[in-house]
Amino acid sequence: MFNKILVANRGEIACRVIKTAHKMGLQTVAVYSEADRDALHVSLADEAVLIGPPPSNQSYLVIDKILQACQETRAEAVHPGYGFLSENAVFAERLAAAGIAFIGPNVYAIKCMGDKITSKKLAQQAGVNTIPGHADIIRDAEAAVAIAHSVGYPVMLKASAGGGGKGMRVARNDDECRDGFLRASNEARSSFGDDRVFIEKYIEEPRHIEIQVLADKHGNVIHLGERECSLQRRHQKVIEEAPSPFLDAATRAAMGGQAVALARAVDYESVGTVEFIVDADRNFYFLEMNTRLQVEHPVTEFVTGLDLVELMIRVAAGETLPMSQADVTLDGWSIEARIYAEDPCRGFLPSIGRLVRYLPPAESDVVRVDTGVYEGGEVSMHYDPLIAKLITHGRTRDRAIAHMREALNESYICGVSHNIGFLAALIEHTRFREGRISTNTIAEEYPDGFHPEDMIHDDPALLIVVAASIHRQYMTRAAGISGQLPGYERAVSDHWVVVMNDERHLVVSRTVNEGHDVSYGDECYQVRSTWQFGQPLFKGSVNGEKICIQVERRNMHYRLFHWGSQVDIMVLTARAAELLACMPVKQAPDTSQYLLSPMPGMLKQLLVEKGHEVRVGQDLAVVEAMKMENVLRAERDGKIDEILAGVGDTLAVDQPIIRFE
Amino acid sequence: MHNIVRQLEEKRAAAEMGGGQPRIDAQHNKGKLTARERIELLLDPESFEEWDMFVEHRCTDFGMDRQSVPGDGVVTGYGTVNGRVVFVFSQDFTVFGGSLSEAHAEKICKVMDHAIKVGAPVIGINDSGGARIQEGVASLGGYADVFQRNVLASGVVPQISLIMGPCAGGAVYSPAMTDFIFMVKDSSYMFVTGPEVVKTVTHEEVTQEQLGGAVTHSTVSGVADRAFENDVEALAMLRRFINYLPTNNRVAPPHRPTPDKADRIEPSLDTLIPDSATKPYDMKELILKIVDDTDFFELQPEHAKNILVGFARMEGYPVGIVANQPLVLAGCLDIKSSIKAARFVRFCDAFSIPILTFVDVPGFLPGTAQEYGGIIKHGAKLLYAYAEATVPKITLITRKAYGGAYDVMASKHLRGDVNIAWPSAEIAVMGPKGAVEIIFRKELDNPERIAELTEEYRVKFANPFIAGKRGFIDDVIMPRETRKRICRSLAMLRGKKLENPWRKHGNIPL
Repeated sequence: MFNKILVANRGEIACRVIKTAHKMGLQTVAVYSEADRDALHVSLADEAVLIGPPPSNQSYLVIDKILQACQETRAEAVHPGYGFLSENAVFAERLAAAGIAFIGPNVYAIKCMGDKITSKKLAQQAGVNTIPGHADIIRDAEAAVAIAHSVGYPVMLKASAGGGGKGMRVARNDDECRDGFLRASNEARSSFGDDRVFIEKYIEEPRHIEIQVLADKHGNVIHLGERECSLQRRHQKVIEEAPSPFLDAATRAAMGGQAVALARAVDYESVGTVEFIVDADRNFYFLEMNTRLQVEHPVTEFVTGLDLVELMIRVAAGETLPMSQADVTLDGWSIEARIYAEDPCRGFLPSIGRLVRYLPPAESDVVRVDTGVYEGGEVSMHYDPLIAKLITHGRTRDRAIAHMREALNESYICGVSHNIGFLAALIEHTRFREGRISTNTIAEEYPDGFHPEDMIHDDPALLIVVAASIHRQYMTRAAGISGQLPGYERAVSDHWVVVMNDERHLVVSRTVNEGHDVSYGDECYQVRSTWQFGQPLFKGSVNGEKICIQVERRNMHYRLFHWGSQVDIMVLTARAAELLACMPVKQAPDTSQYLLSPMPGMLKQLLVEKGHEVRVGQDLAVVEAMKMENVLRAERDGKIDEILAGVGDTLAVDQPIIRFE
Repeated sequence: MHNIVRQLEEKRAAAEMGGGQPRIDAQHNKGKLTARERIELLLDPESFEEWDMFVEHRCTDFGMDRQSVPGDGVVTGYGTVNGRVVFVFSQDFTVFGGSLSEAHAEKICKVMDHAIKVGAPVIGINDSGGARIQEGVASLGGYADVFQRNVLASGVVPQISLIMGPCAGGAVYSPAMTDFIFMVKDSSYMFVTGPEVVKTVTHEEVTQEQLGGAVTHSTVSGVADRAFENDVEALAMLRRFINYLPTNNRVAPPHRPTPDKADRIEPSLDTLIPDSATKPYDMKELILKIVDDTDFFELQPEHAKNILVGFARMEGYPVGIVANQPLVLAGCLDIKSSIKAARFVRFCDAFSIPILTFVDVPGFLPGTAQEYGGIIKHGAKLLYAYAEATVPKITLITRKAYGGAYDVMASKHLRGDVNIAWPSAEIAVMGPKGAVEIIFRKELDNPERIAELTEEYRVKFANPFIAGKRGFIDDVIMPRETRKRICRSLAMLRGKKLENPWRKHGNIPL
């Protein structure tokens, strides 16, 4: 076994690897860029080496720097995490040449599987089902159109070196095909430094289900069951689970068998993932093989009870797998939700900034939190906007979902936009509850993004009584002020009116030890909590049921977030509630005559000029944020009155770019 | 006797109806509450004692002798807010448009005189069409009587104005002399001359809302300290606001127990200051993370945003906070921010509220607009206010404290009681680049040498130790323990006694 390993990554995965390494008694070395000086993985590791400026192509992607860091610290092995150099054959070769172990598969397997075209050919040879398509590199947009015709629309354009949704475009006609080719190759160039693109048949209503394989250097190959990762947006996974609610035993066995066959075909060692696309009739097709640890590996760990990182390290050190296929048992259900810094109200565009507040849920036997950040840390524009992964486990799928629901309620982030409310809404959604999902589900169900204020809460009484309890606490605090007129001190009434969504609810709240008894309707709710003023999470119980509601106090309103919905609540005296009826309802200012930047970023391209007539849906501008090009389109017909920003300008959220007449 | 009681009941009923149901309905239709409804929401339930309900005007011209309403367009008296006494007058727009007659003014003067006598705040709710024109000069005299009392009460009891309707012409000068002005969006406006006069004289077309609405005064002019969505919100927020203020200048500000621990540590503050000296950060995060219960009542949040002012509590005791805001104009001081902060500092000093100053200031904003506008005199206001203040003064330098602006921002030299710095503090005459370009002007055409010298200057001066060596700062603290250190310093300073030499009054550069 090694004494010291270097983790050539950052963020949550670096932290996760370091934890297992420490558990195994290994020394750890972190590497970091200038933007990550204060990052969590740096403080967790025993040693840390600065490897360059913030952009990853000058730091985390520079093989020489990682090698140098290994040599300086005498690290014997490197764990690459996912992304960055994890599937880079040159990196694995250079490490081997330097006598440093690569905690991952051999160079041959990486090379074979790293190229989507080669991997597809190999899969066919190994008897793995593959998707119809054209396996050669495409020269230009016109060639792309020609190939698309031969495969038949719809088609998918993919970067050969791609992954993570970058450099992928769907095309349904010639125009989209030309446009998609250009964008896919541009993105591929800027993300991977490789602009090769290929085309394949696009399957409608597809599910994304993948098989986790595990192999050692002694010819043992097993699989650890599947993960369903169909809930995706912009081709990026959001919620994953193991097992899949869709597979039957026969399909699972067939997919497992093909995955193992493919692994054997390339003398695979370490952990790997064979991704399949599954259609409505449970036909499955090989998509690609990821020769690394996956982001969503924890769901497999929960249901198998294994530590995949530990197994990777042991395999790299030459150990034999401690189990055979027969030993693998799947226990219960596990779900992962990825918390991203992104704005669900604005088409999930990435968000960056300081984590002013960051409160993850508490970990337990059934809740795991993999995170690479901490309160006061920064979500940088240079890297993936993944903040944390919540993973829950239950005997059944419903139990796992229930735990996830609570874990999401207990996750609080302030400073960057995030998708916690959206994740909560997703796991509540009937399609998810019933397991009727595909990779298109999010786009179909949330075409205009997700707005937490539109989400209807299942049990509004809960929100009403908690707001009443919170308000009562504020009023009691206010009544405790010094300097009151003796004999005429403030007495706080028990009777209040809770105003929610323009509806009035009478409540009576009595102060008891550690909370309030709130009468509402015909019922009395026992609200108990140790919550204190200013705390964003109201943790406690209502009638003995555990509850965690997020609360923000904004002037007269309490804004509560719970189970993915957001409501503004006022608690008033009866008289104030009565007089509130006289107050005018005000319209939000009209911003429709402006094109606003939906995210912080850089104005890359302006496609219109002053005086142009534009049609709804027409491309107006391209904003680049986090290496993703985001096309801003006209929401209605109109004429450009003025251009308010220039190409190359740095844009803030909601900064006007164009004004219409 | 029975007859008198009946008359009393009739008069009360008449007074309570103000200008009558149709006018009350009209008031509601405008989204406004009546004078009495406002008082009801402002004060603790059942606590209002009304005075002068039977006062009527004495005008006999233009048919006024035939119309009279008991109370004459203003409801006055006293009551409590969270058990603490306040005096209040609330103009009744339903009675002669809330216009101010001699009798109306006398009622206001009476509550103000009492407020000064017993030492309790005055809250004025303004909703008035202006002078009672039928009364002519008597009405003008009434205004001046109120003005005089505003001035005599200034610094003796807190005075707060709530503008909840029109307030135009000479009438604006009463609120203008009170300590704080709150307005209601879309239903209140203040101006010296209205849109019609403006059009006649300067040919400018402007609406009432643009000229003197709540948004205008809370963003552009800085006349209003806060703007609220509606009457109900404004009154609820005013109740919250009064909790920070002492009832008069002879008593300590009110204490309110808090569960928030004085020794609470905030590790995330250690990373608040970005690596790059030019990268901004939000100073409000620091404030919210160190004050009790994350409660910060900010004043003028949309005006002169390069400085933050407002009230909070530490261990239950009120403090006034002044902080440079690096997010706006890099936190530079300019005319507007100097005036905004100076007035706030003087209020705190007048009412024994300790001042916390958070400094990240690269200097005064340069430019002709500033110089022509008189930044010299306006900047001097802030300097004067800090230097004059005898309340406990605690200053924390988070990052830049450059040049004259360093002196101004409650420095040790202006009798700062406790001056502390974070390790990221740079206390210097100016930024390294500017300094080197002056000291080594002859080497300006050698950029490499300049870069080298700049770095040398940075290493030498861009830290808190040069100032520490001279005792200009008392200690360098870790950001995470800011709350603990400030709470303890405030506790130590609670017994502070300091008096300025006797004089009639100082001569602040107005």
